[in-house]
Amino acid sequence: MAVPILKQGDVLIASIQLALTDVDLVMLRDALVEKVSNYRTRGVIVDVTALDVVDSFASRTLRDLAHMIRLRGAETVIVGIQPDVAFAMVQLGLTLENIATALDLEEGLAFLAKTNRRQ
Amino acid sequence: MPGLKQEKVQQRSNRDENATALLSELVAHFRELRTDLRQEWAQRITKAQLLTAMTEDEVFTEATAVYDQYVEALETGTFESLQAYARNLSERIIPRGVETDEVVGIVLLLRDVLARSLFAKYQHDFAKLNRILDAYEPAANRVANTVAVGFVQERERIIREQQEAIRELSTPVLQVRERLLILPIIGAIDPHRARQLTEQLLHGIRATRGKVVVIDLTGVAAVDSSIANHLVQTVEASRLLGATVIVTGLSPSIAQTLVNIGVDLGKMNTVGDLQGGIEQAERLLGYRVVQITHDDAAATAAN
Repeated sequence: MAVPILKQGDVLIASIQLALTDVDLVMLRDALVEKVSNYRTRGVIVDVTALDVVDSFASRTLRDLAHMIRLRGAETVIVGIQPDVAFAMVQLGLTLENIATALDLEEGLAFLAKTNRRQ
Repeated sequence: MPGLKQEKVQQRSNRDENATALLSELVAHFRELRTDLRQEWAQRITKAQLLTAMTEDEVFTEATAVYDQYVEALETGTFESLQAYARNLSERIIPRGVETDEVVGIVLLLRDVLARSLFAKYQHDFAKLNRILDAYEPAANRVANTVAVGFVQERERIIREQQEAIRELSTPVLQVRERLLILPIIGAIDPHRARQLTEQLLHGIRATRGKVVVIDLTGVAAVDSSIANHLVQTVEASRLLGATVIVTGLSPSIAQTLVNIGVDLGKMNTVGDLQGGIEQAERLLGYRVVQITHDDAAATAAN
């Protein structure tokens, strides 16, 4: 299943609606890294509100995605991690270090607006 | 062979019939002597200093009800109504501080009083007395068992309810400003409480859109390493939800535990006391608290 990628100003938003297979996740990562150079994108938001499970592969893919996008000149925010998912991830040691996280889409946009102003 | 078996079955049913007949004889006897036996039982309860939380009249009233229920249970062999009564009685007397040994004690007393009356009645016919006791003892023991179990179950139910209430009270997540949450923790943290605390905090962050959380541990003297680890995990999980956690009021002992488990201080944001924690949280959220001077206050009042 392809995840739709929306453009909002200079931000790309990928909102995951269903549980993704590993292949889908890699496709999402590649698509976002590809598109980030279009439209002078400054930020990418990945909304994982709908995910009930974030395993080690998903977590590593998200981390890789954020690092690749940073190398391509934009900032990534992961938003909407569910409380139970967050604690399960931490217990597995998947803490998404050095990657910005926010409560929801609105918070993610606010965070990017603030970091962009600073630059 | 089948004939033998049949004979055995026949024997057993004879014996059952016999037991039933003996039991009804018993019940008739207990009904007949109801007034005396009840009186004696109540007196022995008082003498044994059981149920001291209740007045003599109350003891007598309850004794009457228990006596009738007891005899009825012996007669019918069903214990539901006795069980219900035991539970109801427990509900009434537990808040008054009646202890388990008292309840077991009075039921055993009743058993003894009734057994004594049987001895008195059948003392000249030892064989019959034995048969009567064979019928009486299992039933009486079951009655005692039922009452004691009912009492203990009721107590456990009350304890469970109270534990639940304490747990709910024990980890309040408070919103003190828009997007600023405080989690004051007081008392020892056990694994269950730690888990609940995390759950309430994470859901609280989501529900109130909290951005900064101050966890105040002033009221916690010490934690073991697994709880300390759990706290660190809670801080990290909150970050995944987009909230910043400030931990305040760490005791020397907790600080030592955290260092011993090798916590990454880059991830833990700690401030000495709750006031400092709230001030830092306000800075992070962009609040500035300004004290009103007398002139300002006068101007506001004039307006």
